[in-house]
Amino acid sequence: MNRPEPVQVIKQRRDATLDRLIGGVPYIRFLGIQFDRRGDELTGILPYADKLIGNPSLPAIHGGVTAAFLEVTAIIELSWGMIWEDMEAGKFADDADFRPKLPKTIDFTVDYLRSGLPRDAYARARINRSGRRYASVHVEAWQDNRSRLFAQGTGHFLMPQRDG
Amino acid sequence: MSDDQKARRDMIARKFIEAIPHARELGMTLTDIDDGKAVIAMDYDERLVGDPETGVIHGGAVSALMDTCAGAAVMSHPAAAVATATLDLRIDYMRPATPGDRITATAECYHVTRSVAFVRATAVDADPDRPVATATGAFTIERAKR
Repeated sequence: MNRPEPVQVIKQRRDATLDRLIGGVPYIRFLGIQFDRRGDELTGILPYADKLIGNPSLPAIHGGVTAAFLEVTAIIELSWGMIWEDMEAGKFADDADFRPKLPKTIDFTVDYLRSGLPRDAYARARINRSGRRYASVHVEAWQDNRSRLFAQGTGHFLMPQRDG
Repeated sequence: MSDDQKARRDMIARKFIEAIPHARELGMTLTDIDDGKAVIAMDYDERLVGDPETGVIHGGAVSALMDTCAGAAVMSHPAAAVATATLDLRIDYMRPATPGDRITATAECYHVTRSVAFVRATAVDADPDRPVATATGAFTIERAKR
């Protein structure tokens, strides 16, 4: 009988894979977006920065930043779901150059519910449909209160073609 | 509209862009503005790359450009909004922008009511005949309190 893997081995593998997924995208670094992982669940975090402001008199986060944050969260959630099984099977362990292909956005619609305040924002994505070729994802973003969303979005994505 | 009014409106619209920290950060420049219409350009910048394998700019940066351009179009409309905010914005990504190319967005208010502006925008790279992305959105029109 196989003994379960030590928890540190599992965590190290998942966190390293997530870092590689996110770390390779300059625009994610530019906005300062991070991801918090609990098991397979991801929460996007957008730490506040002055450069993200769109309306200095309120002040409020730029609508384009909000759209980008939602879109990035959707893309990472989709990629994460796509590579999970291979990651758990240890397929990336020996490949330091491993970098998964990312889904491409077909369209994205953002619903602005409240102005984004000058503080950290959080986002979580839900994959409503994920086929071999197309996927539909819904994303919600909030700041202080999870139940008071400041924006939500829905997008359609073209999935990368996988080998084998 | 008198020349004075037009000059004032142009100044407000230009300042609107210059005063937006995120628009400055992305290197946006307002290249043209007319009644309910605006053109804003954004140079290629490696910090904005979304796919490191191809060097293509992230869709989110294109969204920020389209949103800013649409907002500028609302501000330049004769409805004379003192401020605007995005209610919703839908972006269709037609093709990846060519790496290295400057991206130019053109936005136009196609209908304006007392409190809402409906805006369409198109983004192109060096090949103006094949748009990179198009967008439609609804924006608030905030008026001066009397």
